[in-house]
Amino acid sequence: MDHDRYGWSALFHRPPVRWPGSARVALLVVPVLQWFPLDAPAAPYQPVGSLDAPYPDYRAYTHRDYGSRVGIFRVMAVLDRLGLRATAAVNAAIATRYPGLLDEIGGRRWEIAAYGLHMGRLHHADLSRAEEAALLDEVLGTLRHASGQLVRGWLSPGGTESPHTLDLLAERGVSYVLDWVNDELPYVLRTETGRLHALPYAHDLSDATVIWERHHSATEFAEAVIDHFTVIDREAAEAGGRMLVLLLHPWIIGQPHRIAALERALGEIRSRPGVWPATASEVLDAWAAAAETGS
Amino acid sequence: MSVSDPGLYDYSPIVDRPRLTWPAGARVALWIAPNIEFYELLPPVNPVRPPWPRGQPDVLGYALRDYGNRVGIWRLFEVLDRHRLRGSVSLNVALCEHHPEIIEACRARGWEFFSHGVYNTRYLYGMDEAQERAVIDDAVATVLRHTGQRIAGWLSPALSHTERTTELLAERGFKYACDFFHDDQPFPLNVTRGRLISLPYALETNDGTVYGRRLASPREYEDILRAQFDQLYAEGEESGRVMCIPLHPFLSGQPHRLGALDRALAHIVGHPYVWRATGSEIADWYYAEHYDAMVAHLAARRGASSVA
Repeated sequence: MDHDRYGWSALFHRPPVRWPGSARVALLVVPVLQWFPLDAPAAPYQPVGSLDAPYPDYRAYTHRDYGSRVGIFRVMAVLDRLGLRATAAVNAAIATRYPGLLDEIGGRRWEIAAYGLHMGRLHHADLSRAEEAALLDEVLGTLRHASGQLVRGWLSPGGTESPHTLDLLAERGVSYVLDWVNDELPYVLRTETGRLHALPYAHDLSDATVIWERHHSATEFAEAVIDHFTVIDREAAEAGGRMLVLLLHPWIIGQPHRIAALERALGEIRSRPGVWPATASEVLDAWAAAAETGS
Repeated sequence: MSVSDPGLYDYSPIVDRPRLTWPAGARVALWIAPNIEFYELLPPVNPVRPPWPRGQPDVLGYALRDYGNRVGIWRLFEVLDRHRLRGSVSLNVALCEHHPEIIEACRARGWEFFSHGVYNTRYLYGMDEAQERAVIDDAVATVLRHTGQRIAGWLSPALSHTERTTELLAERGFKYACDFFHDDQPFPLNVTRGRLISLPYALETNDGTVYGRRLASPREYEDILRAQFDQLYAEGEESGRVMCIPLHPFLSGQPHRLGALDRALAHIVGHPYVWRATGSEIADWYYAEHYDAMVAHLAARRGASSVA
């Protein structure tokens, strides 16, 4: 590799992983709760969903905010009906601005992963180590205090990291990061400071990629989710446990005209045999236990 | 100086509010908002945003939009008449002077007008308070002079804003603003004088966004309108919802797109608990029946969170 963060191996050349109950596919649903500030800086870049009209861009600001007022509750209703507990990736600013949302998440026994401060505060090469350490203390402190959870997971706003992000996260007791989307199973990341894992999400399958960026319809999104599942489920029968990590943006999939497509897709997957609905920590712990025993 | 949070409205999860009711037990207040717009061939260039990104005159861009006024709107009249739906017109008010035939055709149908600025090529960006107030007052005076209607609603031209737009609208006695996309119900806006509500207009069901930005096909637009309605109608049994269909005659009035709108509207109005409303009718009902209760609800929420 051109770096030493992980040892490289092809997915299909590893010993099989056994999930609890001999499940074939672990299903992880990851709603992201985002806040896009009205005055987010244009540099170093603007993540997907950023405001794109001249200041004050009330159009995009309020459209994204819809996710936290309305859309997330449709997503919750769907997951409740299907008996799925999610792992919510939460901007710390959400905990401060909308504390009731954290209660809704806690009441459902969803897991919380940290998702930076907000969508205007990115982790990138120009952030000094000291500055980033303080930022991570603030983000993790806020979310741990608000949720009462350990908060073992991390997702970087916009999907970028600084050269120090992984070390700083491990130092602060974080066990997994979702950012490295190069695999379909967890793997070990090397850090200076502690144990850390990559828990890749299916970036090409998220509602933001399929619907927002590629402009596919909600129906096409549902088809993509089912098709993705069908392939990895077939492979799992031969190669051992697999996982589907589906990122959802409530301001996209929680719109009235899209939510039924999500319920169709997840309902179809839920009806298949050998599916293990799990949170990120449950999957990570099962994977680590399997890796230790070599099964 | 810019701010990170405009403080336009309070946070309020839609699942934790007083129940919203509509007249006659309706579940969904449906309103149709045709954008009847005039884009100038050679507008003054706003330094923040060029009216014509390709330079001007942009013959193709101009002519496509003028098609909406010469051809498209007349097809929309026919479709909306067939479904007994009145429009609430998002009007570039200079159109009163350019195309009185269109204004008269709307007026004769009992349609409502609200302001969408003077021209869609004139933005609010960079205006000082006096200039912005003059634009608002001109909209009121122009529409009143040509139609006899006192406009009550506002959608900023090309969704361009300043930080004081809502304050000036409240000061001038407007009832509703359409610039905010945070909710499926009307919602009180935080203004220092008077009162103002956001009325759910829409990006997600707006033909301009769906065809123009999302690049959807007509049949996909039809699917979106149907699915949007079905979801809101189901939720409306518990607490009322608003569905807005913003239209652009130069888009939905094209022959190959007309059927998608027609079929979706047939599906929607084929349901019993649909209130075919205008913007003012929804706003008036909300003020009469729900505004005070919601403001009290929000005050209690604020009190509870400041104690905590």
